[in-house]
Amino acid sequence: MNFKQIKEFIIEKAIFLSGSLSIIFVILIFVFLIKEGALFFKYVPIKDFLTGTNWYPLSTPEQFGMLPLIMGSLLVTIGAMIISIPLGVACAFYIAEVVNPKLKDVLKTGVELLAAIPSVVIGFVGMVTLVPLVKNIFNLPTGLTALSGSIMLAFMAMPTIVSIAEDAITAVPRRYKEAALALGATHWQAMYKVIIVAAAPGIFAAVMLGVGRVIGETMAVMMITGNAAVIPHTFLQPVRTLTATIAAEMGEAIRGSNHYYALFVVGIILFIITFAINFIADVFLHRIKK
Amino acid sequence: MNSKLTQKIAFSFLFLCALITIAPVLLIVVIIVVNGISAISWDFLTTSPTNGMRSGGIFPAIVGTFYLAAGATVISLPLGVMGGIYLSEYSKDNFFTRILKLGIVNLAGVPSIVYGLFGLSLFVIYLKLGASLVSGCLTLAIMALPAIITATDAALSSVPQSFREVSLSLGATKWQTIRHAVLPHALPGIITGTVLSNARITGETAPILFTVAAFYLPHLPGSVLDQVMALPYHLYVISTQIPGISKSTTYGTALVLIAFTLSLNLFGIIIRTHLRRQKKW
Repeated sequence: MNFKQIKEFIIEKAIFLSGSLSIIFVILIFVFLIKEGALFFKYVPIKDFLTGTNWYPLSTPEQFGMLPLIMGSLLVTIGAMIISIPLGVACAFYIAEVVNPKLKDVLKTGVELLAAIPSVVIGFVGMVTLVPLVKNIFNLPTGLTALSGSIMLAFMAMPTIVSIAEDAITAVPRRYKEAALALGATHWQAMYKVIIVAAAPGIFAAVMLGVGRVIGETMAVMMITGNAAVIPHTFLQPVRTLTATIAAEMGEAIRGSNHYYALFVVGIILFIITFAINFIADVFLHRIKK
Repeated sequence: MNSKLTQKIAFSFLFLCALITIAPVLLIVVIIVVNGISAISWDFLTTSPTNGMRSGGIFPAIVGTFYLAAGATVISLPLGVMGGIYLSEYSKDNFFTRILKLGIVNLAGVPSIVYGLFGLSLFVIYLKLGASLVSGCLTLAIMALPAIITATDAALSSVPQSFREVSLSLGATKWQTIRHAVLPHALPGIITGTVLSNARITGETAPILFTVAAFYLPHLPGSVLDQVMALPYHLYVISTQIPGISKSTTYGTALVLIAFTLSLNLFGIIIRTHLRRQKKW
């Protein structure tokens, strides 16, 4: 083997190693979450954790019932999806099918910039504009509610939903549309009777990824949902999400305490939820490519 | 109702939806600029906060964010580009590649706060780096990785196969071909992807919460093992935990932060648009 071959060999191995890094990191993340979180179940039964209705990590005796947090995340996510799915899919159709090419670039850039606004800025703007508005409209003691969180999160899910749904709509073979038009359908009829059906798996994947984005969102939610760890009954109540719990409490949790371990377990649960969502979305996207 | 009219109504409705989706960007930018511009001065940008962060400037936070973004890019760029090269040029259509792609998708989907926990567990505690610039940069670098890999893969895949065939037929090795005949043509696409992922990292708060960010640190870091202040975290702190702070200071901080991230984004988008027009193969 001469020098050139050795160099080639080393470079190829380095590239292969870098290529594998993504898998290694996903595994590392899981392992290091488990490493800190696993000790928790030595002290607290898993059943109490998953079905307990009280999250009082600082009282004596401490209570780590995760149900209020799960319900909080669930409520905010459902609210955000009710707003962002119809809006996002409609926007994707408009960009992919209706608008002229020049305006299309402007709209796509706008959607991309929406994704670029840091979540802490969205949280801040929500705090100073939306929160007082919600408070006044519904005549509430506080505007920091699940509703405020859902509205802001809906806009954070929008870029994901719009861009992936738009790709899915654009990827529908032209002949489907042409066949519909040739049979006398208007452009709109072709869109809502033919194209949407053909693009459905991609749109579903877009929605799933949007859900993943919303569940994992931290700063904006922490700033505008009020952070009360109680099981919510309406959208007009303060809630506490899984993500906000970690962000708000980790700073004060003593390393090695049950509270500290519990927050890592919340992290593990978030990791598993988003992993499952991404996996499902990927399966659907993969199916389209075939 | 006749179907032409239905179509007209439907399209107007779709237009309205698109408008509602895009309008918040403008609205957020306008609100922040209008309220924040009065706070921006040379002093605000170049001095440290004083009086319990109620007055003074945000210099240490600007510098901290700059260090974090630069450090994360230096770490993630080579790894991400090599990962992209593997995916585009070396990987075969097999089970491993399928798993690898799934890994990338999942890495991109991990919630930012979970990255924060991971950074705390691995870098801060296990590797004993403490809450420091290096822990923060490493955490952010891993977060930036999937976007850079995906952008590199896409940029390389768009270079026509004939470029590789010509180079290989002239006796170049596979690496020489990639290095000299393929990579240069993919460079602008790679730069765009890196700039965009960098812009996102710059605005992140959750991953730096427990790995680097300092609540209040009125001087600059002396080494990579020091904590730093960062713009996003500073904005969070002053808007939620400092009562009685003047409105213009918070808005001013938000303005500097979005100026950072949006200009990086526009820069990336401009390179890309320019590129699309140029390329004609």
